[in-house]
Amino acid sequence: MLTKRIIPCLDVKDARVVKGVNFLNLKDAGDPVETAKRYEKEGADELVFLDITASSEKRKIILDVVRRTAENVFMPLTVGGGISSLRDIRDLLNAGADKVSINTAAVKNPKLIRDASLKFGSQCIVVAIDAKLAHSPRSIVRRKGLSTVDCGPWTVYINGGRTAAGLDAFEWAKKAEKLGAGEILLTSMDFDGTKKGYDLDLTKAITGAVRIPVIASGGAGKKEDFYAVLTEGMADAALAASLFHYQDLTIKEVKSYLRKKGVSAR
Amino acid sequence: MIAVIDYGMGNLRSVAKALESAGANEVRVSSDAGIIRGADKIVLPGVGAIKEAMRELKRLNLIKTIHENIFKKPFLGICLGLQLLFERSEEGGSARGLGVFKGTVRRFPDRLKVPHMGWNQIKVKRQNAKGKTKERGILKNIPDNSFFYFCHSYYADPEDKNIIAAVTDYGLEFASAIRKDNLFACQFHPEKSQNLGLRLLKNFVELK
Repeated sequence: MLTKRIIPCLDVKDARVVKGVNFLNLKDAGDPVETAKRYEKEGADELVFLDITASSEKRKIILDVVRRTAENVFMPLTVGGGISSLRDIRDLLNAGADKVSINTAAVKNPKLIRDASLKFGSQCIVVAIDAKLAHSPRSIVRRKGLSTVDCGPWTVYINGGRTAAGLDAFEWAKKAEKLGAGEILLTSMDFDGTKKGYDLDLTKAITGAVRIPVIASGGAGKKEDFYAVLTEGMADAALAASLFHYQDLTIKEVKSYLRKKGVSAR
Repeated sequence: MIAVIDYGMGNLRSVAKALESAGANEVRVSSDAGIIRGADKIVLPGVGAIKEAMRELKRLNLIKTIHENIFKKPFLGICLGLQLLFERSEEGGSARGLGVFKGTVRRFPDRLKVPHMGWNQIKVKRQNAKGKTKERGILKNIPDNSFFYFCHSYYADPEDKNIIAAVTDYGLEFASAIRKDNLFACQFHPEKSQNLGLRLLKNFVELK
């Protein structure tokens, strides 16, 4: 039986893990490769690197990080952040990434999803959606004469959450699937960093909209949150960053809890 | 020397690095027919679309080389490298494969989430009365129900069921590993399956 996946995410900036300072027993707490090794030992099912290096001339740095990671860790690796062309995707895949996660560029140029999935296969094209509850409740939207489908409760944001894309998250997820995305990485901007649990309503809405796997992200604070999003939220995988970084909870603890509750976990 | 066939499809570096980590002395990622012919063992990896893969193999003049060497020395197909061994695929309407084995590569039905992505178990076919696997070669010391990493939308449906070495349940049961003589191919990615994946690759490296 296919298991639910638990995925730690590493924010990487200039070849360093940004949140990794509290790690114990690591030769180099900020080294992405050492961190990846540690997560592998803990039983992570996959890894996600989010490249938050701001300047484009430093883009090559992440390729080196990916290369070194792929030499040391034998598990699936997804890389996201600043990917905007087929060339970027090819470079990352050649360096050792198994999947790439595309956010802003996919919104600005949806054709990129189609081209990339035809060229490299859907299985390696992840569309990342940052979603936020729209300010106007549905009733107001209706009064303005807009249909709720056109402007559902969750809006898509791009540029690291700074810009509203003017897209409905539900519709965008469906479109991304149609264009050839193999997976959706769904982040709730409302819940991210709150530690109050994943956004179950959002996750349910998106998992109900598509037939490709959905990774839920944003809000994990305790092991029960993972259980909730993987059962009630119907997510196929759950991602967390700071929770695992600061060892508030280990992947092992999460998984043994899931198994105890009857959720299939490795 | 182990030759990893490079035909521009997917993450060959991971496969090569995993083989090295599993103890291989010399791994060469190559599209050169001479190197492939001269290798002790051959790996056909690959992810992506089968049509594109066949087009590239043809362009690189590797189809004949593969056919000539496939049963001569230990051969390992991974993911698309398993699917390519069959006659045809439903991918993109229909496509032709290498035709080493009779059978069709089919798409998972719509009721299932596609791609089949993540960790799933394999059921090893050859078992003794106690449910222990009787595998020697490449599946040696791989316990029944071991987890491996999968990532695919199509699966092979061989005509000759005797070549099926292991099956996996994803709402339907499909052949997740096949074998014939010195040929072994798996739908999962041993190079991405942590310890058990490396053990399988070590078994391959140690094959005589």
